[in-house]
Amino acid sequence: MLQLAFYTFSALALFGALAVLFTRNVLYAAFFLLLTLLGVAGLFVLASADFLAVAQIMIYVGGVLVLVIFGVMLTHKPELPANTNSQQPNKIASLNRAGAQASWVVAILVAGCLFIALYTLLIRANFILLDRPVGWQSTVNTIGKQLMTEYVVPFEIAGILLLAALVGATYLASLQLKSSRHAGR
Amino acid sequence: MQAVDSQFFLFVGAALFSIGLAVVLLKRHAIVVLMGVELMLNAVNVNLVAFSQYDPDRLQGQMLALFVMVVAAAESAVALAIVLQVYRHFRTAQLDELNELKQ
Repeated sequence: MLQLAFYTFSALALFGALAVLFTRNVLYAAFFLLLTLLGVAGLFVLASADFLAVAQIMIYVGGVLVLVIFGVMLTHKPELPANTNSQQPNKIASLNRAGAQASWVVAILVAGCLFIALYTLLIRANFILLDRPVGWQSTVNTIGKQLMTEYVVPFEIAGILLLAALVGATYLASLQLKSSRHAGR
Repeated sequence: MQAVDSQFFLFVGAALFSIGLAVVLLKRHAIVVLMGVELMLNAVNVNLVAFSQYDPDRLQGQMLALFVMVVAAAESAVALAIVLQVYRHFRTAQLDELNELKQ
């Protein structure tokens, strides 16, 4: 039963990731990313990390993905009518068909080689840790204690980082001065 | 008791990381590249959590995964703000059309 759940969740995650890779629509990619994130959350539950699974759903699905969808909708460009302006520069070479094919080949080659290397590494590796017994228990208590004792400094630094990122992102996104002159082009 | 062999978690993590890398290398829209980065960070988190279940007293892997999530959230917020600004300036978010420093 747990095996079945594991295979379901990992298939969900991998399917979502492959769909992000192969789809052409940016909004569909965002929705397939949702599938992947949910699958990874399920994998977290199966690895007895219940707190992290809930945090994954709240942070990624509730926060990051909504932000990404906002970004997609704000930068969506409808197909412009043909631009007859003779000042337009030529498109660079990777936009034509041959360049696109070459970039596909290179990307698939690099990613495939990386996966094969990792796979053989994991097949050959003999982790002593993996022979130990595992127990199923809630991790919320332990994470709370660890955050307030051993990891209190990184915890506070993470708070400051989030504050700085929030202020910085708001400032960056609302900056209108320089670009308003070019916006009407 | 061991429901699923932990090596399968590592295989899923490796596959997710490779797909994320392919997305980053291949896609031309800036936001999809950001999605690829998120995929890679998720793959790393899967690995950390898979090892962390053998360490129930300190949970170091899960703590690191938690901080990775925090940094990923901050990163995506700032990156999307930058992409928005680039889009306002150049009227495009396709990375290979951004071939001028000043316009």
